[in-house]
Amino acid sequence: MITFEQVTKRYADGTVAVSDLSLEAPTGRITVFVGPSGCGKTTSLRMINRMIDASSGRILIDDRDVRGVDPAELRRGIGYVIQQAGLFPHRRVLDNIATVPYLLGWDKRRARDRAAELMELVGLDAGLASRYPFQLSGGQQQRVGVARALAADPPILLMDEPFSAVDPVVRASLQDELLRLQEELHKTIVFVTHDIDEAIKLGDSIAVLRVGGRLAQLASPAELLARPADDFVAGFLGRDRGIRSLSFVPARSVRLRPVTTVSLSADVDEARRTARDAGEDWLLAVGDDGTPRGWVSPLDLPRAGTLAETPLLAFGSYDRDADSLRAALDAALLSPTGHAVALDGDGAIAGVATQRALSEALAEAAALTAPPPRPVSPGLRPDASGAHRDGEHAGGVREAPPGSMGDGREASRG
Amino acid sequence: MTWFWEFVSDPANWSGPSGIPARLLEHLTYSGVSLLLAAAIALPLGLLIGHTGRGGIVALVAANAARALPTLGLLVLVILLIGYGVAPVLIPLVVLAIPPILVNTYAGLRGVDADLRDAARGMGLRGPQVLFRVSIPVALPLILLGLRLAAIQVVSTATVAAFVGLGGLGRFIVDGLATKQYPSTAGGAVLVALLALLVQGIFTVLQRVIVSPGVSGRVPVGKAG
Ligand SMILES: Nc1ncnc2c1ncn2[C@@H]1O[C@H](COP(=O)(O)OP(=O)(O)OP(=O)(O)O)[C@@H](O)[C@H]1O
Ligand SMILES: [Mg+2]
Repeated sequence: MITFEQVTKRYADGTVAVSDLSLEAPTGRITVFVGPSGCGKTTSLRMINRMIDASSGRILIDDRDVRGVDPAELRRGIGYVIQQAGLFPHRRVLDNIATVPYLLGWDKRRARDRAAELMELVGLDAGLASRYPFQLSGGQQQRVGVARALAADPPILLMDEPFSAVDPVVRASLQDELLRLQEELHKTIVFVTHDIDEAIKLGDSIAVLRVGGRLAQLASPAELLARPADDFVAGFLGRDRGIRSLSFVPARSVRLRPVTTVSLSADVDEARRTARDAGEDWLLAVGDDGTPRGWVSPLDLPRAGTLAETPLLAFGSYDRDADSLRAALDAALLSPTGHAVALDGDGAIAGVATQRALSEALAEAAALTAPPPRPVSPGLRPDASGAHRDGEHAGGVREAPPGSMGDGREASRG
Repeated sequence: MTWFWEFVSDPANWSGPSGIPARLLEHLTYSGVSLLLAAAIALPLGLLIGHTGRGGIVALVAANAARALPTLGLLVLVILLIGYGVAPVLIPLVVLAIPPILVNTYAGLRGVDADLRDAARGMGLRGPQVLFRVSIPVALPLILLGLRLAAIQVVSTATVAAFVGLGGLGRFIVDGLATKQYPSTAGGAVLVALLALLVQGIFTVLQRVIVSPGVSGRVPVGKAG
């Protein structure tokens, strides 16, 4: 666990970059520092590995003051990833990754074996091992940067806008990769970004900072979206936070109804008959493997032929167990029927969520995530004297809506 | 050119203490020793001020002032002060060689990306480790450039030794002029020029061998993957 205790950083020119910051970054979790440019995120992060020393206050790693540790020793035990990967241009990829093991005096063979292992872990092709950094794409360089930070298996990882220099598609895949790695490695990660969406996607808890390095709110993503502490946080979260907060409500609560299916190999007469017998306006065409292929309206069918030959209407599906209410809603919007197809873990059809069922689930979610009546309770106002005590709840959620934190996160990743 | 051929084809010029091999050896000795001394002073100094960023201005101003000193004038001055000998020849050559080495070493280190040094420190490299494992390898092309410029200048200028009665290839030039034996003068001049080209060639090879392909951007085909 990393603990900030009333940490202030005043630079030589008098700029107060961080003031009286108290918070905890829990072990094995991702804590995100987010806020507008110049709010002191980088300064806060770099005080952890003593790239910058605090002017006052203490930073503890597992109850040990970092000021009591030799900076170089300290840093060898803390992975550090920066925006421009900062790879050594004169060293091959493998040796770049093995930097800290070499520093720690591992023999060359062991260090390189470890580096090769990490390349695989972060999804780098082994063929890249003997390349130089300038021969890599930006995304590959960032992966090398992450592998290098992980090489000596440090329990802590500090990441300063590591993915902000790559295009959105690569960024999304790097983020997914980080979450996958984290599921395996359980590092204590402090991640800096100015992108609130990235913060919400990655964070177990999010510290929103305002200029001057003052903590505006520390909360889980779900809590943050549902109950921003003040107008600054709400403004920073952006407009559609209601919709986004649905990412943290599991879709499991949506009531499903059975759906009438028809095989793709059936001919149109059979389809019409099936619809009439079932009294349905819509049929779900399925392939031989039982997976949904599209909606069929008996009224729009041609006179002859099989369903495989007729154009089907688009459908949207979601995973009943793993996905969020947001995904279910999205699936419904993708289909002209307004129904979302719910699948179980094996991809088999579990039923459909109708518009009505979805609205009911939305209403329930709204009741759970609605802001408490004003005035806001003191615990939610870190600017008040309760700031420090509030910090001790790092990542914790009071009055948590069902599915926030643990399973809510799962839902968002589905 | 005919003078040059006349000069090198005369067997008398190839033997004895005033033959080409002996003069060449003297020339190389003066140049080599001066260059080593200059490097021993300018490299550590350049690395120090480049790495710490302190004292840079003072050192650069001094280096530029040294550049403005005429070598021959300095030579005469030193001889007036300490008399004849090898040292008075070496001192002006060392003074000549220091500025390019110092300035380029400094510029090379200052040019190393601050983020790169920052990343190195962030991984737990200590100051000297950052210097030797990261900054120097990355700044090596410029450091070598400084050494090369210094070496070429020293090799070309070491002819001044002849003006104060010492050896080296300058002897052919000075003596040739004095006795109106122009083949000797031309021969000496061409030999000096060839030597400068040789130095250039040596540094080109050195650069290939010791600068990382990751820095020079020159990667052998097939290894690019
Ligand atoms: N070495 C320094 N000397 C003086 N002021 C500094 C120094 N480094 C940063 N600052 C100032 O401290 C404040 C916080 O800087 P910091 O780099 O921590 O911000 P940040 O939140 O990381 O911003 P960004 O999102 O732009 O990276 C800024 O006002 C910045 O100008
Ligand atoms: Mg920053």
